[in-house]
Amino acid sequence: MATIESSDRFDVIVVGGGHAGCEAAAAAARIGARTALISMRKDMIGAMSCNPAIGGLGKGHLVREVDAFDGLIGRASDAAAIHYRMLNRSKGAAVRGPRIQADRKLYKEAIHALLAKEPMLEIIEAEATSLDLDSDGLTVKGLVLDNGSRTVSAPSVVLATGTFLGAKLHFGMDNHAGGRVGERAATALADQLYAAKLPLARLKTGTPPRLDGRTIDWAGLEVQPSDDDNWTMALRNEHRVNPQLFCAVTRTNLNTHDVIRGSLDRSPLFSGSIQGQGPRYCPSIEDKIHRFGDRDGHQIFLEPEGLDDDAVYPNGISTSLPGDVQLEFLRTISGLERVEITQLGYAVEYDHVDPRILGHDLGVRTMPGLYLAGQVNGTTGYEEAAAQGLVAGINAARNAGGETPVKFERDESYIGVMIDDLVLQGVTEPYRMLTARAEYRLRLRADNAPTRLSDRAAEWNCLGAEHRKVIGERKRDLVAVRNAMGQTIKADTIEGAGLALGQHRETRTLAEWLTLPGADASIVRSIDSALHGIPDAVIDEVLEDIRYAPYLERQAGEIARVNADEHIRIPAALDYDAIAGLSNEMVERLKSAAPSTLGEARRIRGITPAALAAILVHSRKRAA
Amino acid sequence: MALNGNDGATIFALSTGGLPSAIAIIRLSGPESGPALESLIGRLPETRRASVGLIRDPANGEPIDRALILWLPGPATVTGEDMAEIHIHGSRAVAAKMIEMLGGIAGLRAAEAGEFTRRAFMNGRMDLSETEGLGDLLAAETESQRRYALAMAEGGLAQKISGWRDTLLMAEARLEAVLNFSDEDDVDESDERFALEIAQTVKCEMTAMQQAPPAERIRDGIRVVLAGPPNAGKSTLFNALIAREAAIVSPTAGTTRDVIEAPVVIGGTAFLFSDTAGLRDGTDAIEDEGVKRARNTSDQADILLWLGDPLEAPESDSVLILHPRADEAGRDAVPARAALAVSAVSGEGIGDLRRALLERAETLLPRSDQLALNGRQREAIGEAVDALEGAAAGDWILLVETLRQARAALDRLSGHGGVEEMLDALFGRFCIGK
Repeated sequence: MATIESSDRFDVIVVGGGHAGCEAAAAAARIGARTALISMRKDMIGAMSCNPAIGGLGKGHLVREVDAFDGLIGRASDAAAIHYRMLNRSKGAAVRGPRIQADRKLYKEAIHALLAKEPMLEIIEAEATSLDLDSDGLTVKGLVLDNGSRTVSAPSVVLATGTFLGAKLHFGMDNHAGGRVGERAATALADQLYAAKLPLARLKTGTPPRLDGRTIDWAGLEVQPSDDDNWTMALRNEHRVNPQLFCAVTRTNLNTHDVIRGSLDRSPLFSGSIQGQGPRYCPSIEDKIHRFGDRDGHQIFLEPEGLDDDAVYPNGISTSLPGDVQLEFLRTISGLERVEITQLGYAVEYDHVDPRILGHDLGVRTMPGLYLAGQVNGTTGYEEAAAQGLVAGINAARNAGGETPVKFERDESYIGVMIDDLVLQGVTEPYRMLTARAEYRLRLRADNAPTRLSDRAAEWNCLGAEHRKVIGERKRDLVAVRNAMGQTIKADTIEGAGLALGQHRETRTLAEWLTLPGADASIVRSIDSALHGIPDAVIDEVLEDIRYAPYLERQAGEIARVNADEHIRIPAALDYDAIAGLSNEMVERLKSAAPSTLGEARRIRGITPAALAAILVHSRKRAA
Repeated sequence: MALNGNDGATIFALSTGGLPSAIAIIRLSGPESGPALESLIGRLPETRRASVGLIRDPANGEPIDRALILWLPGPATVTGEDMAEIHIHGSRAVAAKMIEMLGGIAGLRAAEAGEFTRRAFMNGRMDLSETEGLGDLLAAETESQRRYALAMAEGGLAQKISGWRDTLLMAEARLEAVLNFSDEDDVDESDERFALEIAQTVKCEMTAMQQAPPAERIRDGIRVVLAGPPNAGKSTLFNALIAREAAIVSPTAGTTRDVIEAPVVIGGTAFLFSDTAGLRDGTDAIEDEGVKRARNTSDQADILLWLGDPLEAPESDSVLILHPRADEAGRDAVPARAALAVSAVSGEGIGDLRRALLERAETLLPRSDQLALNGRQREAIGEAVDALEGAAAGDWILLVETLRQARAALDRLSGHGGVEEMLDALFGRFCIGK
């Protein structure tokens, strides 16, 4: 093999230009690593392959957290947003989910523009043929491109290759190999991973047909406008830039269900030709009708795909039925009587790697220098992918720079919850973030992501100058608001500021008054003129902190107790088979996840306290 | 509450084996050991000297037992922490009361399996070779979970707890459905009221059980099942043993259709007698169900009294073959394989049968972990009640937290649970996702 040109030497190579790959490449570059982003088609970088929406419940938290590390997804979302909606607005800040509808073209352009601004990042249009491995056959040293015509080297390689492993598309009973429609699947690299005998499993996901918006009768449909206040996804964006469109809501009906039921024998889901496990939370329309036969209709959100784009995404009816059935059932639906399909819905089956082979840095434990991020790890969703990209990118850059890996903690971020779930429990369906997965969700709010994570982000060198400046101002504002909370205020004063009081009128601190219902940012400002210029978001964050303070305190105690086990290390070579009394199931799970601390072992499902004590004793025995 | 990791809590456990026994020893370890002793006997005894003290219930001052007390300040103790030993009289009732009282003292909780060992090990007070017993402990833990799972199938406290758990799980799933999928039309905003009602109902039921007399609480005694063909005299003997007319007795074969249970204390040991339907293929549906239940109950018997033909007795160590109705004409000859001849009518052999049961009981008597399981159940219920106290309308996320905590407390008893199970309940019920 030819010697490698200096222009082909990198610190980090990222394969794949989806949401995980872009975020990984940008994170590594921000940290200062010389980074290459390899994509088969440069023009496909940053494409939204599925629903043109970003954020939502749980997912919105991930976006805000990646944004707190100066990531791409939040900023690109604002650049492309044509519809904003705050979900769970009425139900407590900890489960509120910011969500936007994106213009596909604008989103892709924004990602390209953000990547172009990273001086340490180079985009290479090429096919990743295979990993270039050291003589041990395990350690990564680079990547062979385009069937050997070029080799690039780096101590860290991030694979963010989506559903490239054994992907199979299903349109009705027809199926063929491929990743997304219109793109070829990367198979050479896949063969190498199959050869490496990494544990794999099969999953399934699906998309609905895309509709021509000009053939939809919008007049009779219920309309959902964009939220009219001015919140944004990214910390650095203060205003919305695009005109806002509306979404519409329609529903399936009994006629729709009859059509679908009559054609179930032509669905690969029911004929048995699809083997992979689909997500429970994203069933196909045929699944919904089959499992919930008593429902007389299912909601469909008609979401515009862009400002100058007629395509509409009918959210809620993902399907793998044949094309003629898709058109027939669509036309039974109110507003869609004359609809035309621009692209058929389909199901895709693919292999993913069992993420339990990864450490919390998303590095493959047995292959030093190799990192995996995104759908290849069994997750679904742009936000989940972006968050993994961030983690892999940071750690790949640190590995290249000879620094120790960093870990996102469960009690600090949804990112930490997701990574910990993936690497300890593995997946049985495409993993999606849900607020229910976070045991400390009272602390982990979408609105306080910068406060939770900015110090970490700065310490790990992830922030650009502009972001640091905004964070600095925000911190000063927060301190000012928090300091103001201790002042004592008379009942008349607080009443004058607009807060309705009950019988108790003794003088209290501002913080105590603000626990009463109806407290908001404008009351705080009218009490203390020094807080006049401080944005709502900052004051609201402090208000929420006050509201949850008693619960947060109790949780802090629990966290401290549980964290004691996080510092007790388990040797990597611990032989679980040799520990008397562990059940076969426990041994299997412990071996697959290879927990590095007693705390991690405790979180693995089915591990009992006595088992932990035995693991502890054997850990010490090895150390002794 | 996560019970792993050294949380600094003071732990306690019954550290001697089967009850009843002459003496039972309860050990405490942790910083609250001293104050706990003071609240039980009103003083802190001299260090490392055995002394006798009268233990009183801190709640009402009622005397519980005269016990031998040892106060062992750390670090020169087995665990390296402050420790106390309380040697009480080894009756099940006294031991259960002690464990209940200790659980009620702030800062104290029942030790998890292996926890004394773990603390000793962590504090460098135990040699590696001394910790080998952990393997046995693990096996015992698995066994007790298996028994718990078995008990779920047929009655009792376990079934009640699992019922509460499922109810809480469903309320939680309904709230989570709204919290995680609020923009979908299959979820219902009125679920808040439903969840509050559930929380209130479950809390009341749990509180009622907490207040039930101790004899009822430790009624999971040794299961003695009377089995045999219809009209073998099971119900008559059952009534003689429990000394009241609990089972309907009639000469019509197949009278007992359900399983009838009665707790009885013989010589200080709790027994649970079960009278079953005769094992034959029934002539109607209700009787068939009775026979099915009888078979289940027999499978779980600690002692099975067989009243039928000795040659047809089930093959099991638990079987004790009786020759019943010994007073009846033509039944003078006692078959060779029968252990005892009895007559419920004349009273012949009943005293011997009681003695034989006690003798068997001694080999069967609950290991310490079986009483500990009861203690754990009590503790888990107490924790769940505490959590449910906090249930209030207004903030959904706080409401769902209370349900989650209550369920987590119950989950520890069965060893399953967690977020995946909640998601199963959620996606099983709601048509969610797009």
